[in-house]
Amino acid sequence: MYVAVKGGEAAILATHDLIAEERRGDRSVPEVTTAQISEQMKLATSRVMNEGSLYDPSLAALALKQAQGDSIEAAFLVRAYRTTLPRFGSTLPLDTSEMAIRRRISATYKDLPGGQVLGPTYDYTHRLFDFALMAEGETAPAAPIASDPLEPHMPRVPDILGDEGLMEAEVPPEGDPAPFDLTRDPIQFPADRDTRLQTLSRGDEGFLLGLAYSVQRGFGGNHPFAGEIRMGEVPVRFKPEELGFEIELGDITLTECQMVNQFQGSKDKPPQFTRGYGLVFGHAERKSMSMAILDRSLKNREFGESVDYPAQDEEFVLYHSDNVEAAGFVEHLKLPHYVDFQGELELIRKIRKEFDERQSELKAEKAGEAA
Amino acid sequence: MSVAPLIPGFSDPILGSQDIFRSILDAMAHPGSIEAVDDAICGVPHDIPLAAAACLLTLVDYDTPVWLAPEFMSIRSWLAFHTGAPDAASIDQTRFALMSAQSSSPAVTDFPKGDDRYPDLSATLIVVCTSLHGGRPIRLTGPGIESETIISPQGLHESFWTDVCENNSQFPLGSDIILVAGHELIALPRSITCEEIG
Amino acid sequence: MITSTDATTASSHGEKPVEYVDERKWWMGVLARATAQDFFAFNSFIPPKESYRLIKKPEIGTVMVEARAGGAGRRFNFGEASVTRCVVQLVSGELGFSYALGRDKGKAEQAALIDAILQSGDVYVKNTIFSILKTIEKKHLAAKDLQSRKAAATKVNFFTLVRGEG
Repeated sequence: MYVAVKGGEAAILATHDLIAEERRGDRSVPEVTTAQISEQMKLATSRVMNEGSLYDPSLAALALKQAQGDSIEAAFLVRAYRTTLPRFGSTLPLDTSEMAIRRRISATYKDLPGGQVLGPTYDYTHRLFDFALMAEGETAPAAPIASDPLEPHMPRVPDILGDEGLMEAEVPPEGDPAPFDLTRDPIQFPADRDTRLQTLSRGDEGFLLGLAYSVQRGFGGNHPFAGEIRMGEVPVRFKPEELGFEIELGDITLTECQMVNQFQGSKDKPPQFTRGYGLVFGHAERKSMSMAILDRSLKNREFGESVDYPAQDEEFVLYHSDNVEAAGFVEHLKLPHYVDFQGELELIRKIRKEFDERQSELKAEKAGEAA
Repeated sequence: MSVAPLIPGFSDPILGSQDIFRSILDAMAHPGSIEAVDDAICGVPHDIPLAAAACLLTLVDYDTPVWLAPEFMSIRSWLAFHTGAPDAASIDQTRFALMSAQSSSPAVTDFPKGDDRYPDLSATLIVVCTSLHGGRPIRLTGPGIESETIISPQGLHESFWTDVCENNSQFPLGSDIILVAGHELIALPRSITCEEIG
Repeated sequence: MITSTDATTASSHGEKPVEYVDERKWWMGVLARATAQDFFAFNSFIPPKESYRLIKKPEIGTVMVEARAGGAGRRFNFGEASVTRCVVQLVSGELGFSYALGRDKGKAEQAALIDAILQSGDVYVKNTIFSILKTIEKKHLAAKDLQSRKAAATKVNFFTLVRGEG
C-alpha cells in the first residue's frame, strides 16, 4: 500500500517561479529595494536580526524582501546563511554604559541623572492613521536639534539603587567564566542564567510577550517596574589572536531593559529589589521588556520560589521560544505522512469491522431472546 | 609574531575545502583507497606533507582543539592563523591530532574514543607516514570494502597495527585515522578490521 | 623572496612600544567604521594588485558577541555579528590586517592595505594618511554628535518655569 512520492520535481520547480512572481506582484508598481527596507523598516529588520541571531542590517533587509515580509521565514534565511560562515571568535563583553544613547527612559525615577530622553518612540503617537503616508514624495519634517548633545555619562538605574545596597547585585561569578553556547551544544536542564539569556534574546517576540503578559496577570510571582530602557549604539571589540591586542569592529544598535522587581529577603538576608534583564539586537523595546520580565520569572531556583505557571517553567519557556525551531516542527506536518496515515486507516477499518460485527451479534442475541 | 602567517592556506578557501572534504569523505567511505591532493591546493608549512596541511585546513576550526606532536609544533601559528583552531589543553581534549607514524607514544588508543551517547566526540588522528606504498602489506576488511583491500604504508612503528586493532575492537567507540604521506591520504575508520599479512 | 626577519620587524607587536599599539588600535577602529564612500580618499595610496599578496583573501565570517547579565554581571552569548577580515602583505614585507562588522570585501582589502602602508615607516605617507583618517573620524563624530542633539531635543524638561531673573 505504497504511494509514489517522487515525480514532484517539475511541480516544485514551478513553485519557485510562482513565488518569485508573487513576491514581485504587480509589475507596474516599483520594486521594493533592500535599501528601502533597511532604511524605512528598521523595526522589522531589528526583529529579523534578533530572532535570526545575526547582526547584519542589510542581510535582514534582504531576508524580508525574499520572504515577502514573513519575519519568521526571514529569520530562517538568516540562520541558514549564518551556518555557512566561519566563526572567528568571541568579542569582549559589551559595555552598555558606553552606549551612544538615542532613547533612555525610566519608570522608577522621574529625575534621574542624564534625564528622560524619549527618543524615536511611538509611545506618544495617537494611533491614528496618517493617510498622507500613502502618497510618496512627502518630505518628513526635520527633527528638532538641541544646542547641546546628551550627557556622556548616564548611570544605570539599578546602580543607583545598588549604591544604597537595595538592589540585587549583578556580579560575574568567580573567574568570570566563558559562557555556554547553545549554537554549539544542546541545552541541558537545569539551565544556568547564561543559557537562559542567550535563548531569550533570540526568542520569538510574540511568545515572550504572551508569557510576560501572563506573569503580569498573575500567572507568575513578580510585579515588575521598568527601571530603565535604553536604545542606541555600542562599540564592539574583538581581539584577533594574530594581533594580540583588541580592536574595534564597529558599532551595533541595541535595546536594553532593566526590570526592577519586588524585593526578596529573609531573616538573615537583607531585603533587596530583584532584577530582570533584557537585551536584544536593534530597536526592539517590547521584546527587551518581555525578555526582562521572563529573566526574572525564571530565577525561581535562585530565589527558592515554586514553579507554578508556564512562565516560571524553564523547560517550557526555553524549549518553545525559538520560532524557527517551532515553525520547523509545526510545519513538518506538511511533509508526506501517507504511509503513517495508511497504517491508521487500516487499523481503524479493522477495529470498525470488529465493532460492527459485535453490534450485529448483540442484535441477533437480543432478537433471539425476544423470540 | 613568527613568519608562519606568510605561508598561505587554501588558494581558494571555499572550493579547496570542499574538494578536500570530498576526498576525505570518499577515503572514509572506501577505506584503504588512496586519495590524491592537488599540488596547488594550499600552502604547506615546513616539514608536514601537503595532504596533512590540506586535511587540517579542511577539518579543524575555532571549535576543535588540536594536539600537535612535538615535532610538528612549528606549524602551530600557521594553523591558528588560518583556522583559528585552539590548542588541545591535554590529550583528553583533543578532537584532531597530527602525529608521526614512527612515534609509539601517545598511542592511537590514548586519544578520546567518544562515549555511548556521542561516539563522534572521539579524536581524528592524522598520522604522517614516510610513504603510502612499499611497506608491509596490511589487509583491510569491513564496511565500504567489497571483499578486501591491501595497503602498504611505510614508516609505522612496530606496534602501530596492534594499537589500531585494539582501537577498532571498541567500535562504535574509538578514534578514526587518516594516514598521510606527500600528497596522498588513506582513511582508516574505526569500523574496519586490519590484519598484518606476510 | 620575503624573509622571516622582514616579517618580524614589520609586525611583531611584542617589540613595539605601547603608544604604537594604541595608534594602531585607533587607525584600525577608524578604518573599521569608514564607509565605502570614505575610502575614496585613499585611492592614491592603494597599490596595484600585482604589488601585494593576499595572505587571507577578504573573508566573511562571524564573531559571537558577548554581553553581561544586567550590564555588569555574568557573561552570556548574546548573538552573532557578520564580520569581514583580510590579511595582505606588501612587497616590502609589512603585514596589514583588517577586521570590520559587515560584509564589504572591497573595503576589507583596502583597509588591510592601509594598515600595512602605515607600518612602513614613511613619515610623509603616514602623516598624509593620518590627516585623511582624522577627517573621516571627525565626520563620524559629528554625525554622532548630531544624533545625540536630536535625542537631546526629546529630553523631558520637567521644569516649566524659566530659570534666572523674573
